[in-house]
Amino acid sequence: MSIAVKNVIKRFGNFVALDDVNLDVSGGSLLALLGPSGSGKTTLLRIIAGLEGADRGTVHYHDEDVTKRSPRDRNVGFVFQHYALFRHMTVFENVAFGLRVRRAPKDKIESRVRELLQLVRLEGFGGRYPPQLSGGQRQRVALARALAVEPAVLLLDEPFGALDAKVRQQLRQWLRRFHDEIKVTTIFVTHDQEEAFEVADRVVVMNNGRIEQHGTPQEVFDHPANPFVMDFLGNVNVFQGRLQNGKMLLGGIEMAYPDYPHGESRAATAYIRPHELDIDRSPADASSLRAKVLQINPNGSVAKVRLESENSHLELNVEINLDRYAELGLRPGDLVHVAPRRFRVFFPEDYAI
Amino acid sequence: MDADRHAVATAEPQRRFRQDPLLIRIPLILAGIVIVGVLIVIPVVNVFYQALSHGFGTYWRNLVDDADTRHAILLTLIVAPISVALNVAFGIAAAWAVTRFRFSGRTLLVTMIDLPFAISPVVAGLMFVLLFGLQGYFGPWLRDHGVRIIFALPGLILATTFVTLPFVARELIPVMEALGPEEETAALSLGANGWQIFWRVTVPNIKWALLYGVILCNARAMGEFGAVYVVSGHIAGQTDTMPLRVQKLFDEYNNPGSFAVASMLTSLALLTLLAKVWLERKTRREIAAGARIGSAVPRIDDIGETP
Repeated sequence: MSIAVKNVIKRFGNFVALDDVNLDVSGGSLLALLGPSGSGKTTLLRIIAGLEGADRGTVHYHDEDVTKRSPRDRNVGFVFQHYALFRHMTVFENVAFGLRVRRAPKDKIESRVRELLQLVRLEGFGGRYPPQLSGGQRQRVALARALAVEPAVLLLDEPFGALDAKVRQQLRQWLRRFHDEIKVTTIFVTHDQEEAFEVADRVVVMNNGRIEQHGTPQEVFDHPANPFVMDFLGNVNVFQGRLQNGKMLLGGIEMAYPDYPHGESRAATAYIRPHELDIDRSPADASSLRAKVLQINPNGSVAKVRLESENSHLELNVEINLDRYAELGLRPGDLVHVAPRRFRVFFPEDYAI
Repeated sequence: MDADRHAVATAEPQRRFRQDPLLIRIPLILAGIVIVGVLIVIPVVNVFYQALSHGFGTYWRNLVDDADTRHAILLTLIVAPISVALNVAFGIAAAWAVTRFRFSGRTLLVTMIDLPFAISPVVAGLMFVLLFGLQGYFGPWLRDHGVRIIFALPGLILATTFVTLPFVARELIPVMEALGPEEETAALSLGANGWQIFWRVTVPNIKWALLYGVILCNARAMGEFGAVYVVSGHIAGQTDTMPLRVQKLFDEYNNPGSFAVASMLTSLALLTLLAKVWLERKTRREIAAGARIGSAVPRIDDIGETP
């Protein structure tokens, strides 16, 4: 079922949690709401679920306006950040809760719960109580409980937030496969960009109660709409420079930027990701920058190199693959040349932050 | 096992090191024993001793032969449960309002709940007399409509409920605050209505705190004297409760009778105390059991078992 959020505004006192938010989620997709804390992503999720009311604007489920409907009647499955399992009930009773309050027949409850426990791979755990389970198991009980009522929409608030790194990694992949199996429209909230990109079909980046960008992970990562998204999606080198005659001038170097052919000089900011910079022993062309190696950190599949440019004393972060690193034989203190393969330009006056 | 032994081994010398010298310990312990003995143990034992001093038969006759005493016992057994029930309803409603909603006047409400602890019970009784008594604001209207509150059962219940108002609410507020609204919100999202949320989620989570509040509330309700004294008019055989009856018998120099009723009241208090200790043990055991099971059950690690 598709979901549409139209012109939603939500305030808590003087704090604007959501500022005229519009969002369309197509049926059967898996969407991530990504943003720093306080960006309004959880509030948006709760408004979609009906656990929070919007001050203005509407929520639609498949062309139907559900803004005034209580969460009971919206048929959503909600998985809470800290699971909110009923601590005095067994796993079986937790999962059965939604069916019991709807007065489903006993044999139907029995078979449905068994089926769900199997789906989340917790067969044989039905008689346990929540405190007897590990974090990942509780998470899956919460998921089974939300799915028991056959929701049209599944909403998850920071589903992996409270788990340790290894379990989180496993559950991410599991959620992805799981969604491919059950195909219910799913929205989850996260502040972890890696998680959003790994699991979701589509990513919505939020900041200060607004949606900054909405697209596939690839689109968002390759074409960030603005400096905030660029910055939020991971490490980035930021250079202040000027544009003129199809060139970007940064300190002592110049790089081709055909999108700006004008003669009038304009201040601009260039954003370059660490893996988009190359290190060489000899200068490549006019776009390479002399820099001194400060620190090297071979980390997994890449070597992270921290450098300082010679004339402007800018700090640079570069990631090169391990083969290249071995080939160069870098040591702290070496003087090398750094050249960008690609970069993005934003005009500071367009994005006054 | 090993970890336990280790913990004991390191804790032992530390404890010895921390202990105060005998010169301080012995007088402190003695002072404690003497104070508890003189103020609590001897008087309580004496109540039973006096009551039974003429034998068990006399004791029994003192309790059941006097119609006024029988009525007083009955009246206490009527007033206390009704007050407790009213306080359960009020306590849950107040705790729910205070912990689940943010509204203006919330802090004031929390403070007002404590007010009956601060006000002298006699003053509390007087307040009701001034409101509902014949000379009070509502007195003439109530008399015209044939309703008696002061010097009657409703007044006793009103005064007792007022004095015991904080007990249930004060037990529930911290517990419900600690539980948080998450489970109730989860139930709501799963399609439960308010009533189902209350009975299936809230009540099971607060039942021990509620029972604890009920026990304390009941003890106080049965023993209430001051407020009830003022509103009851202490009419023998009509509005005398057990504490009032004790005082009246004592005033009439009927010491064996007085002590018999007093001993019964004390027995009820001791029973309450036992129930309280049992409940505390039970909840502590339940918490400990939960923690132990939680750590002892081998955790089949998450996705490891999936194909």
